[in-house]
Parts: sequence; structure tokens; C-alpha cells
Amino acid sequence: MIEWIDLILLGMLALTALRVIFLKDLFAVVMLFGIYSFLSALVFIVLDAVDVAFTEAAVGAGISTVLMLGTLALTGRTEKENTHSKLLPILVVSVTGAALIYGTLDMPPFGNPDNPIHQHVAPRYIEDSPKEVGLPNMVTSVLASYRGFDTLGETVVVFSAAIGVLALLGIRREEDNNTPESGFKEHRVLQIVAKITIPLVILFALYVQFHGDFGPGGGFQAGVIAAAAFILYGLVFGLAKSMAVISPMFLRYMAASGVLLYAGVGLFSMMQGGNFLDYNLLASDPVAGQHYGILIIELGVGITVFAVMLTIFYAFASQTERSNIQ
Amino acid sequence: MLEQNLAALPIILPLIAAPLAIILGRTMPIWILATLVSGCASIISLQLLDTVLTTGVISYAVGGWQAPWGIELRIDTANAFVLVAVTAISTLVLLFSKDSIVKEIDCSKHALFYTAHLLCLAGLSGILITGDAFNLFVFLEISSLATYTLVSLARDKRCLTAAFRYLVMGTIGATFILIGVGLLYMKTGTLNMLDLATRIDLYDSSRTINTGLAFIIVGVSIKLALFPLHMWLPPAYTHAPSAVTAFLASTATKVAVYVMVRFIFTIFGASYVFHSMGMETILMLFAIIAIFKCSYTAAMQKNVKSTLAYSSVAQIGYMVLGISLVNVTGLMSGLLHIFNHALMKGALFMAVGAVFYRLGSADISAFKGLGKRMPLTMAAFTLAGLSIIGVPLTVGFISKWYLVTAALEQSHWFIAAAVLGGSLLAVVYIGRILEAAYFQEPDEANVAKISEAPLSMLIPMWILVIANIYFGIDTSFTTEAAQHAAELLFQNGQVMEVKP
Repeated sequence: MIEWIDLILLGMLALTALRVIFLKDLFAVVMLFGIYSFLSALVFIVLDAVDVAFTEAAVGAGISTVLMLGTLALTGRTEKENTHSKLLPILVVSVTGAALIYGTLDMPPFGNPDNPIHQHVAPRYIEDSPKEVGLPNMVTSVLASYRGFDTLGETVVVFSAAIGVLALLGIRREEDNNTPESGFKEHRVLQIVAKITIPLVILFALYVQFHGDFGPGGGFQAGVIAAAAFILYGLVFGLAKSMAVISPMFLRYMAASGVLLYAGVGLFSMMQGGNFLDYNLLASDPVAGQHYGILIIELGVGITVFAVMLTIFYAFASQTERSNIQ
Repeated sequence: MLEQNLAALPIILPLIAAPLAIILGRTMPIWILATLVSGCASIISLQLLDTVLTTGVISYAVGGWQAPWGIELRIDTANAFVLVAVTAISTLVLLFSKDSIVKEIDCSKHALFYTAHLLCLAGLSGILITGDAFNLFVFLEISSLATYTLVSLARDKRCLTAAFRYLVMGTIGATFILIGVGLLYMKTGTLNMLDLATRIDLYDSSRTINTGLAFIIVGVSIKLALFPLHMWLPPAYTHAPSAVTAFLASTATKVAVYVMVRFIFTIFGASYVFHSMGMETILMLFAIIAIFKCSYTAAMQKNVKSTLAYSSVAQIGYMVLGISLVNVTGLMSGLLHIFNHALMKGALFMAVGAVFYRLGSADISAFKGLGKRMPLTMAAFTLAGLSIIGVPLTVGFISKWYLVTAALEQSHWFIAAAVLGGSLLAVVYIGRILEAAYFQEPDEANVAKISEAPLSMLIPMWILVIANIYFGIDTSFTTEAAQHAAELLFQNGQVMEVKP
């Protein structure tokens, strides 16, 4: 039975990917990308990787789709005719695909408990992390504590993305009375529905943020979900009102302070005489220290991710507004 | 506290300074912060190199978790040596950029420029120091994103297409590396480099490991711009602001060369990559084509930055050639050239940046008559140019000397000939620019605005030029470090002495 679910999901993934290649309408392509992400999230759920599935759904299907739609608003929705020869790309893609298939021929049998990935590093995470880190969700233990340095790096990657977007587009609004109002002023139904939904979304984001220790969730997903709530507000009520709630400048400080909060935990543990990001030293009891550490760094991640996503939305939206005026 | 955490500081300092810069907001304090942080990082790197040369490898467990469960930072001679070059160049470039970017980057973006520079530095240091294959990928992402941003900052709008091209190619390269690391993880169950090295031996001839090697080599080759995967590099270096080009040309691709060395020698092991897979023939072939083809193309360019960019691809050819000789001297010449090339290209691109600062152009025609008008800048350019050619008493000679020695050790006469042929082509492309500068009269329109570049640009430029000559005469420091690093790498990452 489970094989059938796998086959159907993977088949749909392949179909979606093929459709994306041949479609010229970029709006449809963006929608298909969203579908692709949802399908991958389902595959991850079948594989029991709920944390990854949750991230894929929130980031891949959620916020990426919104940002790609924001790009389409700037660039137009049909693909330009490509004049380059397609031979070389087809060759490169075929060779890469063939190499990947060749690589799987000696792959350890799928799902076998004797595989190296289950036998070498993983047993310690499974057996000792409840004692050492004390969290029921081992995925969070690994990503926030054992491999916390990677997660700090990923947070900085997100921060770098904001620096890139600010450098390229910037957030500038021409404030005068002629600026047409963005948003959906006439759509009362949309506005009311949004007003009801937004608080719930924010509440859910907070739940995801602080529930990461116990179940799927954490800073990345929570930041994205909270940003989605504010983007919804910006879309329905207009950019000006959204920026009145959270100004672009404040977002910059938020993005920076999230990274600083994370790295600050590391500095603090260094001052306590330990290594960078050694949470054991944050409290007299090592396990309590791990708890504090993970709580704070997840908060740092959430703040930065939220601020960066909203910054990117602001940058795209204010650019669209400017090009509409011209 | 500092003593114990020294190994992590070259990453942590710029990593924390970048968000701090955003909070500071004003350009001047950010510049001071960035320069201080970069300066501290270079002093720390020197200290680290000294430590690894005297007491052996430094291992640092981030978060207090021992490898392979946690992430290990691992400093041996090879990465400490490259780290010294990267952090020192970064500091000099920051000194240089204060005036240079005024002409080339919009004022509103100066703060973002320094922030992106800090992020790039943090990423590069991270790639160098880490002992974990996935952690390396994370830092590769940080440095890459920062690099694309840096390239796109120029006033010249052509930089946008160049940056986009770089982004597409760079992302493909990074994805390939990630796929490769994924395949290795699937087969070994670990991400720590040393642990990978011991466990890969168990699965030597499996198709999964072979494919992983292929993906990693191709991915890294894109990142280090090995011919024919170099097409992103010339436009990016030509249209980026000069300070950015000076920084990237002497650090980013060099760090990628280090990544290739690390994967081949420490993780996969030289005997597997070269004897079982025969990788050396492919690398050698592309390296030689790169030297000739790109040196030739360099001589055809109208723009000096573009000439130097193609020259960089050719110089990378020398490094890869050294690696592909599969002996200690060859690898040593490759590592030596990473360091030496950083000195030469840093000085050359700074000189071009100084010309751009005065004339607003980097075309060869702008260089006419500059020998008299900007004597110090052109003297710096000439000396660094001689170093690229490989004239004795410059660092360029030293690395080529060892490369030729390595080739002769293997009785590869044609390679020794190729190195000399490449040098002749370098005479042509550097000679054209010098000819314009010293033997041609300037265009009337330009005469009025030409004067010597400001001191803030001359000082870092000349520090590099003096280093070019100093390390060309007193070679004990660089050759000893490179030799030691190469010997260690050939021992296949065997642990010498581990400090807690």
C-alpha cells in the first residue's frame, strides 16, 4: 500500500516538473512550483520526516510562492522566446541525470536499519540526546545544539539574502498625494476575512516558534508564518499601512538583532569558559542550559527570518509601486 | 577565554560585525569596525599559523560536542596558510576601498558594501577553518551570496547581468557540491571530514562514492573557475567595483582551490582520486588549456580589468596543474601560488582601481601616458605585472620554479615547457598595458584630470607590492609553510597531534 502512495506522489512530482519546463505562462509556473513543494512535503511526511515536511510546506509552498509572484508583478508573466541553442542544456541535464541514477545503483537499500546513516552517528542522537539535551524532538536537538553552528550559518545566509535585496532594490516609497493606494480598498469581504485570519496566523506562528522543542516547528517555520501574516496585511490594506505597522528601518534592526541574539548566546558561553555555542554553561544544570540555549537561538532564528522575509516583500512591493507610478 | 577560542574567532568576529554594521547604520563607523575586525582576524590567523607550525593541528569542538556528533573546526598548516592570505588581503582591500568605492558605488550603498564584505570574509574563513563537509557548504552559501551582492553594487549597470550570471553558475556549483556531500553521507553516515576519510576507505569502489566525487569535483571546478567552467568569471571581475574585484580575485577562487585540495587529499585520499579514478589526467588537460587559451584571450582584451580577469583563470590553471602532478612539490607549488597569486592580483587590481578612480575608465586607452602622470601607481602595476610573468626576485618566480621542479620530478617535460610558454603569453598581455602607460602620449581630453592616486589607495597597494618582492627574496616563510602543508595533506589527513 505504502509503495503505491510513494509511486503516485513521485509520479505527480515528475509530471509537475515536466509541465513547468514546457509552460510559457510564468504565473502558472509559479503555481506549479507551489504544488511541487506541497508534493515534496507529502513525500517527506511519508518518510516520517515531519520537520522537513513542515519547513518545505511553509517555505517552499508558502513564502517562496508569494515572493515569486512579487517578482512576476515586476517582470511580466510570459516567458520571452529563448534564442539560445537548447542542445548544450539538454546534454548537461541528461549527463547530470544519468550520473545521479548511476550513483543510486550502489545505494544502501532504502529504509534498511543497518544502513550507515542509521548506524554511525545517529544512534548517539537517539539514545543520548534525551539525557544530554533533554528535548523530546530529536530533530531540534540536532539542528539547534549538536549542529547549532550550521543553523547559525543558515540564519546568516538568510540575513545575507536581505543585504542582497536591499543593495539591489532598496525600499523607497515616493510619499505624495498622487501615489495610488495599493491594496484592495473596494473588497470589503477580503478585508474582513483578512482581519479575522491575521491574528490567528500570528498566534499559530508563536505556537510553532515555542513548540519546536516538542514537535515539528521552530524558528524558521515560525518566522515565515508570521511574515506571511504581515504580507497578507500588506496585500489587502496596502503597503503604506503595512509600513506604518512595521517600518523598513525597524525590520533592518530586527534582522540584525536576530543574528546577534544567536551569536550572543555563543559569546556568552565563551565568557563562561566554554566553547562557542556550548549551552551547557548557560545554567548551573547542563540540561537546563541546553533548554535556555535552544529557546533563545530559536527566537533569534525566528526574528531574523521574519524580518528578512518581510524586508524582501517590502522591497519588491515598493518597486512595483514605483513602476506603476511611472 | 580568547586563547581557548582562538580557532573560532576568524569566523565569529566578522560574523558578528556584519549585523552590528547594520545597526550602526552610518558609513564611517562601519568602515572603522570592518577594518578593525578584519585586522584582528589577520593577526589571529598569523598566530594560528604559528601555533600549527610549532605544535601541530588545532581541533575545536563547536558547542562542546565532540566530532563526529558535533561540528569540528580543524586548523592545519594548509588552511592556516590560506587564511593568513585571505584575512590580510581583506584588511588591505578595506583600507583601499574607503576612497575607491566613492567613485564606483552609489553613496547610499556604502554601508551595505561593508556589511557584504564582512559576510563574505566570514564565509571564506568558515570554509577554510571548518572540519565538517556540510558546514563547509553552509559557509560557501554565505560567502557566495555576499559575493553576488558585492559584484552587483557597481554604478556600471552591466554589473547586474554579470552578477546574475555568476549567481546562476555559482548556485549550480554549490548544488553539485551539496549533492556530492549527500551521496557521501548516504554511504558513510557521517559529515566530519576526518571521519569521512576513514569510512570512505571501506567503500572505495562503490558507484555512489564515485558519483559523489564527480559531483564535488565539477561543483568545485565551477567555483574556482577551471576552464571550461570559467565563463562567469571575466564579466563578474570586469564590471564589479575595483575594490570588490581586488578582494575576490585574490581570495574567493583561491579558497575554492583550497576546497578542491581538501576534498581530494583529506577526504577522498590521493590514491583513490588519482590512482583508482585517474582524475589527474583530466585536471592536467584542462589546466594546460586554461593557461594557454585564457592567457591568449587576456592579450586580446581592450579592458585592463578584463585582461587581468582572464589572466586569473590562467593562473588558476597553474594551481590546478600543481595539484594534478600528484607529488609533494606539485601540491606545494599549488598552495604557494594560492598565496603568491593573492599578492600579485591584489596589487594589480588595486592599481587598476586607482586608475579608475582618477579617469573613470579601465580601458587600455585610458592607460596611455600614465607612466608620467601616475608614476607610483604605474610602478606598482609594473612590479606586480613582473610577478605575474614570473621574473626572478618576485613571488611569481618562486611558485613557477617549484611547479617546474615538480613537473621535472615526474619527468613531464612538456609541462615544464607549458609553464614557460604561459609566462611568455603573460609578457604579451602585461607588456601591452605597460607599453601604453610608458610609451604612448595621453589623449588630450584626459590630461587635465590626471594626478597621482590618493595615499589611502597607494599604501595598501604598495604593501602588497613590497610583499611581492619580499617573499620573492626571502622565501623561507612561505615555502616552509607550503611544504609542511603539502606533506601533511599527502599523509592523507592522518592526525599528528590533537590539541583539546
